[in-house]
Amino acid sequence: MNSSALIHAVIDGVLTGSVYALMATGLTLIFGVMDIINVAQGIFVILGAYLSYALSVHWGIDPFVGLAITIPTLFFVGIAVEKAFFGRLKGPEKTAMSILVTYAISLVIEGTLNMVFTVNYVQIQAWYVNKSFKLFGVWFPYIYVFGFIMAAIMLSGLYFLLYRTRFGASIRASLADQTAAALVGIDVRRVSTICFGIGIALTAPGGMIFGATNTFNASTSYDLISRLLTIIVLGGMGSLGGALLAGILMVTLEDIVGVIWSPVWSTLSFFLVLVIVLSVRPQGLFGKQSARVA
Amino acid sequence: MKTKGKLFRAFGATSVAAVTAITMAATTNGGAASNGALAKGAPVTIGISLSLSGDFSADGLAYQQGYKLWAADVNRAGGLLGHPVKLDIVSDASSPTQVVTNYQKLISTDKVNLTFGPFSTLLTLPAAQTVNRYGYAMIEGAGGGPSVFQAGLKNVFDVTLPVAYDLQPFAKWLTSLPASTRPKTISYVTSNDPFTQPVVQEAQKLIGKSLKTVYNNVFPAEATDFTSIADAVAAAKAQVVVLGSVDVPTVSAFMQAFEQAHYTPKAFIATAGPDQGAAFIKAVGAKNADGMMVPNSWYGQSKNPQSMKMVAEYVKKYGGTAAGVNADIAEAYAVGQVMAQAVTATKGFDNAKIIKYLHSGVTLKSVQGSVKFNSLGMNTAQTAYTFQWQGSKFVEVNPVGDPGAVKILFPKPAWGN
Repeated sequence: MNSSALIHAVIDGVLTGSVYALMATGLTLIFGVMDIINVAQGIFVILGAYLSYALSVHWGIDPFVGLAITIPTLFFVGIAVEKAFFGRLKGPEKTAMSILVTYAISLVIEGTLNMVFTVNYVQIQAWYVNKSFKLFGVWFPYIYVFGFIMAAIMLSGLYFLLYRTRFGASIRASLADQTAAALVGIDVRRVSTICFGIGIALTAPGGMIFGATNTFNASTSYDLISRLLTIIVLGGMGSLGGALLAGILMVTLEDIVGVIWSPVWSTLSFFLVLVIVLSVRPQGLFGKQSARVA
Repeated sequence: MKTKGKLFRAFGATSVAAVTAITMAATTNGGAASNGALAKGAPVTIGISLSLSGDFSADGLAYQQGYKLWAADVNRAGGLLGHPVKLDIVSDASSPTQVVTNYQKLISTDKVNLTFGPFSTLLTLPAAQTVNRYGYAMIEGAGGGPSVFQAGLKNVFDVTLPVAYDLQPFAKWLTSLPASTRPKTISYVTSNDPFTQPVVQEAQKLIGKSLKTVYNNVFPAEATDFTSIADAVAAAKAQVVVLGSVDVPTVSAFMQAFEQAHYTPKAFIATAGPDQGAAFIKAVGAKNADGMMVPNSWYGQSKNPQSMKMVAEYVKKYGGTAAGVNADIAEAYAVGQVMAQAVTATKGFDNAKIIKYLHSGVTLKSVQGSVKFNSLGMNTAQTAYTFQWQGSKFVEVNPVGDPGAVKILFPKPAWGN
């Protein structure tokens, strides 16, 4: 085994894992507040990637600058989707039904993207997409470093929103117990709608980085959603910190195993860890079982 | 206990329903293939399952275009034996399970007269096994992996060169280079897909110890993040890289990681991806594509008159250039051509007769060149070529000395130049 390959694997894992964590955070936030398993999160990431791609190709807007447009756009798309489909979902079957509803939404968006952009693969291009710089003898790709910084900023912003604002307190109260939150005067419905918007808005930066580091078409979303769901299950459904840790842990572990043993074992090793963790802590690394039972 | 009882009752009811459905399907269809009798002027329906979504969607769409282009040409010329061709295309979402369901439905419910193959070795094997149960012939163009032929089916016919031979010209060229210019080291990295692994293994066998292997690994077909694997290949710093890829995203990910690691191999060949014409260029950029190689048995600028006609029609209908035409189009079109010749020769749509005819050792013509099947359904009449992107042109570079071959761009130019 080459030691530089191992160093690269750790660096790659941390840098790319943070972006997966960002994408998964939106998913876990939506589940935490609304008990909705949004299997359309993968296609929203791809939608975010296509929006950045379109702005870059047709208007020459840098993908990072374009986030000023794509984040609000996806926020309002999220609000519209939540109002149209999830307001009526109630009762004990809500979570199960949400899988069907979000799957249907996913199919509609996939079909629309295929019509607009065709199924041919595309990739977001910018000067920094294929370039890298050397530090301590290791090449650091600009796009992964920028993606890591952006993910750190976004997640810090989300942390600030959740723990330093009044609205964040409402979200956390809804996360812990929706009935109790409503009893103390929190408009849980409004909190849910905005949280769904935030969850979808987070796919814009995630999608942009994904689209700059991978060629993609609408069908790529299937590979993504399985990863994102696995991350939030490992981290603990509804746990933001868990999603962050699991995202980085998952990708880093995969990369290290791929280098030390063989890439064939990398995916398996992750699922092995997932099984071990879930057998000891069924609620995941940071999930709170009691909150979900209520 | 109550739940258990319910479960048993539900299972019993489901089993009875399933058995009834299967029996009805077998009875109504007679459990055998169409005998070829068609009312005068009635359309001949061809059932096809294609990956219009999922991992193979780009190839699936190209195949759909190829099949439709062929059907339009045939119908313009009066159809097959005077019957207009109607394509019954359903999507399998790139799933080996769904492809089985699709062909069962196409044959049992839709009662198609003939079947064409899906995309990829992964899907062709279960598809061919399914249609074989009904006695249908399966002519296909993308199921050239050994697993398809090793299944011992008598109904499968691949119009394309068997993939195991794909890298022969490349290996022969590499090992024939004078010692002073021949690269010293090589890396092999491949997806564990039934199409790619045999190709790369065959290349390893042919290249042998002529070059020192410094990296040799397999990655799972379901992998989506190739960064660390590509970085490991880059760290090995081999002068030649052989990549077993099934699509553009895999090749693109390796190219991007190599560029970020400031590593340019002298020769870089991928089993699939660079043959996707304009779709490949659009994804990776023309400058980065320079010097990228791919094996295949057809290319858009082929001088085969049938191919030139098809390419002209394609460009007229869909735009672009000859170099940008996806090789999948030609594979699908060739499937139709071979079926048309078999139908004409057997004077009907009887699948048993078609199978017998295709096994007779007859040589047929297609846009990809000659087609002659051995007892396993492999096309033994085609030649393997290596193609390379040189600037915006996709050109034949191997076998060396072939009339259509131009000088190979070696060493490969640095990324983005």
